[in-house]
Amino acid sequence: VTVADALMLALGLIAVGSGALVVSSSHLVRAGLYLVISLGAIAGLYLVLGAELVAWVQVLVYVGAVVVLLLFAVMLTRAPIGPSTDLDRPAGPAALIGAGVGVGLAALLADAFHWTRYDLPPTGTAERVGAQIFGGWVLPFEVLSILLLAALVGAIVLSRPDLGARPDPEAAQIPATVPPPDPTAESAAVVARLERIAARQANAQARLRQTAAEQRAATTEPATTEPATTEPATTEPADPSPTASAAAGGAKPSAGTAVQDALKGRAADVIFGAQSRRIPLGVDTPPEPGTTRDDIIEGTATETGPRRPAGGRPGSARSSSNRPEIEGSARGSSSRPEIEGSARGSSSRPAIEGSAAESSPPGRSGSARGSSNRPAIHGSATETGPTDRAEPSRRPTRPAIEGSAADDDQPTLGESRPRRGVTGPSNRPALPARDDKAGDKPTSKPDDKPTSKPGDKPTSKPDDKPEGDA
Amino acid sequence: MHVVIPYVIAALLFGLGVYGVLRRRNAILVLMAVELMLNATNLIFVAADSTIRQSLTGVQPEAWAHAAPEPRAGSIFALFVIVLAAAEVGVGLAIILQFYRLRNAIAIDEIALHEADDPDADDPDADGPGGDGPGADGPGADHEADDQEQVTT
Repeated sequence: VTVADALMLALGLIAVGSGALVVSSSHLVRAGLYLVISLGAIAGLYLVLGAELVAWVQVLVYVGAVVVLLLFAVMLTRAPIGPSTDLDRPAGPAALIGAGVGVGLAALLADAFHWTRYDLPPTGTAERVGAQIFGGWVLPFEVLSILLLAALVGAIVLSRPDLGARPDPEAAQIPATVPPPDPTAESAAVVARLERIAARQANAQARLRQTAAEQRAATTEPATTEPATTEPATTEPADPSPTASAAAGGAKPSAGTAVQDALKGRAADVIFGAQSRRIPLGVDTPPEPGTTRDDIIEGTATETGPRRPAGGRPGSARSSSNRPEIEGSARGSSSRPEIEGSARGSSSRPAIEGSAAESSPPGRSGSARGSSNRPAIHGSATETGPTDRAEPSRRPTRPAIEGSAADDDQPTLGESRPRRGVTGPSNRPALPARDDKAGDKPTSKPDDKPTSKPGDKPTSKPDDKPEGDA
Repeated sequence: MHVVIPYVIAALLFGLGVYGVLRRRNAILVLMAVELMLNATNLIFVAADSTIRQSLTGVQPEAWAHAAPEPRAGSIFALFVIVLAAAEVGVGLAIILQFYRLRNAIAIDEIALHEADDPDADDPDADGPGGDGPGADGPGADHEADDQEQVTT
């Protein structure tokens, strides 16, 4: 046994052993690394056998490129790092066939060559191999280059699904029939939110109907008394109907505009209410009415806090304080001019927001509000009391939520307020005046404007400041 | 030097490669086993190249080989096989990745070879838990499966 034999035996042992680990390891990455060892040992065998160029090409191409490709494939197919349990099939027939092939070939070759001794060939240098390749083997070499090019193009074509894709009618049909994702199917929290929104809109509509009926009654009452002196018999039965009061525009201009404003406000509430009150997904659910009502009061007492309620749940406080940062930078120019307009006290200020803000300070001061405002306004209102209790409890989280949906946050905050706290005629035009500021403003209510200015400004300003600063 | 040593080593490596190809389910491991088999043949080429001239005693050199004094045909064969193996690995991995993109799995014994006849018959087995819809892998997957078979065998 010579040195070459010992080297070949050692390298062969390494190659076969690591090859056995390649085909039996349960770790994908370890199998790749055992393959590196096996191929390196085979490269050593090439060196011993005198094929120097083949050895280095083996190291370069196999160990350097092929194994790296295999490990890339392991990575791209998201193979688990740990041992995998589903890598193997039952070993019986595979072991039988593999052992048969290996032992049979080994026996055949051993029988063919026996233990005969050969001289070590002279080391084949790259010069000799190059002369051979570009001499007698130049045609297979060129064919091989074409094959490499074909493999390159084929791998690219295979990897790109948009190249050479056959039009599959079945596959094209499937995405069209797949319905869009239903938000109600996502979670129960979304369903709860949608139900809350629906309940809120129902409340708003009920309030609208009530205020409309109130002002109708308030306007028709003097209307019935006035014409009763002039024409007692004819107009009295027709007056309680809203069509008669609206038709008698000459005698009662305030009644006609009030009814029209009520209708317009109702339409605007239906159209824009759902959008402005929408709670986006991923926002914390509003807290329960009973728990955070105190937070609202103390937050509004400091004039900066309604966005971040201090007590109760720190998680919701953090989420609501995070969001105004985004919305403050997002809207910026859209909401600022309104506030500046209110600060200037010019004629561009919508009268209704003024009235809304006028009523909002007592609302923010908590318990004083219900006693001062409501008996004067909602004298006949029976069911607005519970909604008043329930509505401000959602206040700390809702502005942060609405701000992302509606681009102007501040008017919605003021807009929800007058619907409860103010009488009908000044209440109703709030929504149209906010939604289209240019058109409706001068016609809606010019008389409320000067009174609204001092009340509106402090409420809108400090609410907007912490958004940008937070 | 006893040339039977590399021959036996190559035979054992080839047996291991056959065992791996038959045993493994993961397509990447099957490719690794194929690499083992290709290296076994390469080893036989190189070993034969280095000894065949001495083993063919009594034969005129012009009668059996190229007229060159030192034919290195075995090494050149080995180089060609290495290049072929590199191309095979490239195309095979492209097929494997495409199949993984379609089915979210690379277990080759779950590849349906007759999917064009009945597209939905084997989908519960072939699809992973996060697999795409049954219509997304139609005849295209069948085509890929055929390619896969050609490469690995």
